Amino acid sequence: MTHQYPALTTEQKKELQEIAERITAPGKGILAADESTGSMGKRLNPIGVENTEENRRRYRQLLFTADQRMDSCIGGVIFFHETLYQNTDDGTNFSKLIKDRGIVVGIKVDKGVVPLAGTDGETTTQGLDGLSERCAQYKKDGADFAKWRSVLKISENTPSELAIMENANVLARYASICQQNGIVPIVEPEILPDGEHDLKRCQYVSEKVLAAVYKALSDHHVYLEGTLLKPNMVTPGHSCPTKVSHEEIAMATVTALRRTVPPAVTGVTFLSGGQSEEDASINLNAINNCPLTKPWALTFSYGRALQASALNAWRGELSKEKAATEEFIKRAEANSLAALGKYQSSGSGTAAGKSLYVENHAY
Amino acid sequence: MTHQSPTLSEAQKRELHETALRIVSPGKGILAADESVGSMAKRLAQVGVENTEENRRQYRQILFSADDRVSGCIGGIIFFHETLYQNSDTGIPFVKMIRDRGILVGIKVDKGVVPLAGTFGETTTQGLDGLSDRCAQYKKDGAVFAKWRCVLKVSETNPSTLAITDNANVLARYSSICQQHGIVPIIEPEILPDGDHDLKRSQYITEKVLTAVYKAMSDHHVYLEGTLLKPNMVTSGHSCSTKYSPEEVAMATVTALRRTVPPAVTGVAFLSGGQSEEEATVHLNAINNCPLAKPWILSFSFGRALQASALRAWRGHKENEKGATEQFIKKAEANSLASQGKYTGGDNNYTDAGQRSYGSCHAY
Repeated sequence: MTHQYPALTTEQKKELQEIAERITAPGKGILAADESTGSMGKRLNPIGVENTEENRRRYRQLLFTADQRMDSCIGGVIFFHETLYQNTDDGTNFSKLIKDRGIVVGIKVDKGVVPLAGTDGETTTQGLDGLSERCAQYKKDGADFAKWRSVLKISENTPSELAIMENANVLARYASICQQNGIVPIVEPEILPDGEHDLKRCQYVSEKVLAAVYKALSDHHVYLEGTLLKPNMVTPGHSCPTKVSHEEIAMATVTALRRTVPPAVTGVTFLSGGQSEEDASINLNAINNCPLTKPWALTFSYGRALQASALNAWRGELSKEKAATEEFIKRAEANSLAALGKYQSSGSGTAAGKSLYVENHAY
Repeated sequence: MTHQSPTLSEAQKRELHETALRIVSPGKGILAADESVGSMAKRLAQVGVENTEENRRQYRQILFSADDRVSGCIGGIIFFHETLYQNSDTGIPFVKMIRDRGILVGIKVDKGVVPLAGTFGETTTQGLDGLSDRCAQYKKDGAVFAKWRCVLKVSETNPSTLAITDNANVLARYSSICQQHGIVPIIEPEILPDGDHDLKRSQYITEKVLTAVYKAMSDHHVYLEGTLLKPNMVTSGHSCSTKYSPEEVAMATVTALRRTVPPAVTGVAFLSGGQSEEEATVHLNAINNCPLAKPWILSFSFGRALQASALRAWRGHKENEKGATEQFIKKAEANSLASQGKYTGGDNNYTDAGQRSYGSCHAY
């Protein structure tokens, strides 16, 4: 614990920090388009679209070919492995397309959750094997950041100390390996909203989890300025009878972060969990208007909350592609404003207000 | 790890948070006047004064009778146990004198360092026994904050994981107990400047130590908004051949804090260690001018760096008392400016104020 064996050169640190800053530049956030094949099935089935590689390609295409309005709202796009090597109709590689627009390309690198024996249904996440080589390859193929999702659940007995500690540890190993390869790690310790716990409990658990995450990152010598955090917002459980306001969510979320996230962390890009598109935007806006001091960028890394309306508008039809892209751009712009604390909701009675909650979401 | 057993009520949290804010309100810092009897011996010996209870009382009186000018500079004073129950020449309790100036009273509650067996001369700090009862009594007697000092050393082998972990743990236990009694804990994990390590190494070790401290705080359910941190600035070791500018010290210090101290911590009040009065002030000023985002108040909790000139001016002579008090007020004002990044006096030509206050392997 006494001598430092430098993990990164000054140049490497500078590169990582600049990438992180570009992704979370003011008014920008992340499009999480990294749904695995299995998850894409869950998206496409409800709109009557067959889950084929071609359909997945066509769907991502309508997001990636949005016009230049996207460029001021989206700082980074997270890809699934398959998508990184797909092309547009006219043969342009998706990764190149995104990168040429000045948007940073990211890649999901974890390999899903696996059970932790001896726990009450808890999991850790696998994917460390050969991760260094995979990162090196992804960097060559255009990726400058990565994402790894760990999952924790709240119940009578969970999250347990083991689950917290083990997930924090794999997140730190993943982060360390990414940085060695010039890739900014997004650290995602998601606490699921499943359950009837109240806001206070969610805040308490979030604080414990995040404290463990940052201890692990320190122990593993991770360069914080070259990372991003992708946490859940602090909300009541989905079955909690008490409703809370957006301001209460914002206060609980910002308080939890203030107690655990060192200022050196460049940005916090919230996941949307099961929130509706509108709620995800309103909550992000409230967070950015919270009066407590917030030394990190606070923005979005949304999947469903950016894509739900687009998916519904598309329904697999060629003629609906433009309209679908418009829906996506609308949400991107809304969240861009929310990331600046300037979003004004026009009411949540639209499709955008529909909850996207899926029980025990495993991706 | 899943259900919260409430440690503090909303009212208790608010009281702690407000106390912490008052101690380090803009332009204010802390006078560390809590030197133990043994430490006072070293101070008084240097100016030829016998270490008696009366002399210690007279000396603290010099500091505590400073006029209103200090009310805008000093938010809190840390007392040693003996001093908490001493009076002025006219019979006014020191505690009352201080509180009447709007300055908050703090109390050193640790009982010194003890060896950690199996390490290379490392220590932990004792004082947890009966601490709860002591805190309750101190609160009745006027104290609203406390201080506990842990010590870590840099060497080939140190600090060890055991030293870091154990000191972080006792600091967290102490904090938890204090908060139960409405007392704001000042958390002091001092890494001594003894050694020839460079600035980078000091920064690295500071980051590891502070991370362990805040993990322990979380594990012990300490309410961060109701605490203050008293760390060392990040400086090279005293025997290091490389000299660093105040800006380098500031950048290393602020970077280390940014990587480890959650924004919820109300304030950081630096210890001066072996720095001279001028050095400490110039460094604090540079820290407050560091361009990185600094979401906590960055102020001072100085002992020697506020008192050295006053001690030397006094030398135990009654007729020097006013002059000595003036010296203290000057330092208080200088550091008040530095805590706002507005200190312009002195520029590395150390005058009287520049005499090093460094004493080898300082144990207090």
